[in-house]
Amino acid sequence: MSSALNRREVVQQDEIAQFERMVEIREFEEQINGLFASGEIRGTTHLCLGQEALSVGLAAELRPTDIVMATYRGHGIALSLGLTPESVLGEIMGKTIGCCGGVGGSMHLCDMSVGLLPTSAIVGGGIPIAAGAALAFQTKGTDSVSVSVFGDGATNIGAFHEGLNLAAIWNLPVIFICDNNIYGEYSRIQTTTPIEDLHLRAESYNMPHFSLDGMDIHAVRKGVKEAVDRARNGGGPTLIEAKTYRFAGHSRADQALYRPVGELELWQTRDPIKVTQEDLIARGVFTAEQAEKIKTEMKSTIEGVVATCKASSEPTLASMFENIWTPKKVAHV
Amino acid sequence: MSAMRVRQAIVSALADEMRADSSVMVFGEDVAVAEGPFKTSEGLLAEFGSLRVRDTPISEMGFTGAAVGAAMLGMKPVVEIMFVEFLGVALDQLVTEAAKMRYLSNGALSVPMVVRASCGSGLGFGSQHSQTLENWFAATPGLKVVSISDAQSAYSLMRAAIQDPDPVMVLEPRILYAERGEVDLALQMEIGKARVLREGKEFTVVSLGQMVNVAREAIAVSGVDAELIDLATVVPWDRQTVLNSVKKTGRLAVVEEAPQSGGWGSEIVATATSQIFSHLKAAPFRITTPDVPVPYSGVLESRYVPTVEDVARQLKESLVSNQTPKTWWELEGLK
Repeated sequence: MSSALNRREVVQQDEIAQFERMVEIREFEEQINGLFASGEIRGTTHLCLGQEALSVGLAAELRPTDIVMATYRGHGIALSLGLTPESVLGEIMGKTIGCCGGVGGSMHLCDMSVGLLPTSAIVGGGIPIAAGAALAFQTKGTDSVSVSVFGDGATNIGAFHEGLNLAAIWNLPVIFICDNNIYGEYSRIQTTTPIEDLHLRAESYNMPHFSLDGMDIHAVRKGVKEAVDRARNGGGPTLIEAKTYRFAGHSRADQALYRPVGELELWQTRDPIKVTQEDLIARGVFTAEQAEKIKTEMKSTIEGVVATCKASSEPTLASMFENIWTPKKVAHV
Repeated sequence: MSAMRVRQAIVSALADEMRADSSVMVFGEDVAVAEGPFKTSEGLLAEFGSLRVRDTPISEMGFTGAAVGAAMLGMKPVVEIMFVEFLGVALDQLVTEAAKMRYLSNGALSVPMVVRASCGSGLGFGSQHSQTLENWFAATPGLKVVSISDAQSAYSLMRAAIQDPDPVMVLEPRILYAERGEVDLALQMEIGKARVLREGKEFTVVSLGQMVNVAREAIAVSGVDAELIDLATVVPWDRQTVLNSVKKTGRLAVVEEAPQSGGWGSEIVATATSQIFSHLKAAPFRITTPDVPVPYSGVLESRYVPTVEDVARQLKESLVSNQTPKTWWELEGLK
């Protein structure tokens, strides 16, 4: 099993590696549904099917010393940043092999070796925290940046406005990325929000802002790079709105019956994996046969991951009592 | 030893920690240029500069959350919440984010942040600016909760809180800010350790915050030979000191500036009753406020909170009768 840091280096290598990671996320998320049906996963989970380009494009433009504060829809971001499929699926299955030893679950993924802070299951909760991480970078004088990823629904919660305002007045090195997949839980954005282009909200914080095509990894990388460069060079925060679509419902219980007929199919014509594959073939980066081979191999890789996670041990009862407080340091006289 | 006001003891603790550790920073509403609404950050901006001492907008959720993020990335932020009630709008960040980050990182992260908040009744600030609210935080594993009761604990507990690797809530009874006391700058207080302020044989009186002064005076006027314990830390509370005292005296009263229902004192009474029942000469009891919001009128507010006279009455009655005394509002036929 490769380490998270190695996997991070891989995703930053080339376009084929990025395509492979997107395929990995797709296969991974599709396995989750089956594991729910067979009772291997409990609770809930929030899939990012259709949004693979955003997380992979983001990971490709960050250093492992930068940090990301993401949300309960975090499997794709965790895998993109480098967490192994075993450590993510293991966590979702509540096993010791999981990145949090099984006490966290699907909504709580973390690995500081690649800068992933514990993902938050509270809408908007991570936004001020990401600003705070950037505050630490600024105060210490490092050139690291902080990234906050959140959904469209979060732009209506106070934490969004307080976090952006704080970042703006202190000129913090933070990039706010709104993953606008049009639906906040079961509600379409127009019914909850009076504007369609959510990045415009940064205008009232005098903060640079733009939207990009979140289904296109090139657009994601270009936009993220611009914002990261600005933050790293003392230019302060940016709000990016990535226009995306989630191919599945909000969470496990949601079959997304509220979507207009044909909407999903329309977005599927812009499936980020399909778009990237066609682009790479058109540019002669790989052949259609090679693309199919990647997909086939990934399918069996992820099946192997499922088997490994199923075989992993359950947490001990003692693990429930660990990590509440930091153990006292032994005093050296 | 040096004499100083409680608010000066707080300033000294902050300044000494900032001198000792460059990762300590302070932010909150009007804490920098104005040096704090209660002058608890006097001189900090001048000495430590605007990177480490910052004024924030009026957005407790935003800056409390920023403290969580900064703490995880190597800083030791101390944030000031002007009135503890303002944490209502920041509760998610403290209770659901800060308190859980170590657990949800499998021990990879610590959150060494301090939330300071002024609290308590007695100054006529009304229902929304006079509560203590320690009970809100006491039921959240992952947080530590302390309250200062005099200049010494303001200095020593604050330093311990800032040095602590986990999120610590420091409650500062506002009415004490101007009070003077002797401070031994070398004296260390440990979080989780209560202070025995008076030794006694007949009764154990456990108290917290501004009620420590009330309990001390009540013991003096009652003539009861009571042991006075300043609990100092609500979570994790010092079972050993409290239970050892109650084993010796056989009697326990808890004096709390908080509503009768759902208080930390219930935890202490329940623990004593279940753990050392055979040592008890009478049922342990609590002296609290009634289950009402803090009223504004001086006449009402002064009776809302346990008074010296009422605490003294209850200690004396209990010592004589071995019964749990009635509350003042029961005696007045008000409930």
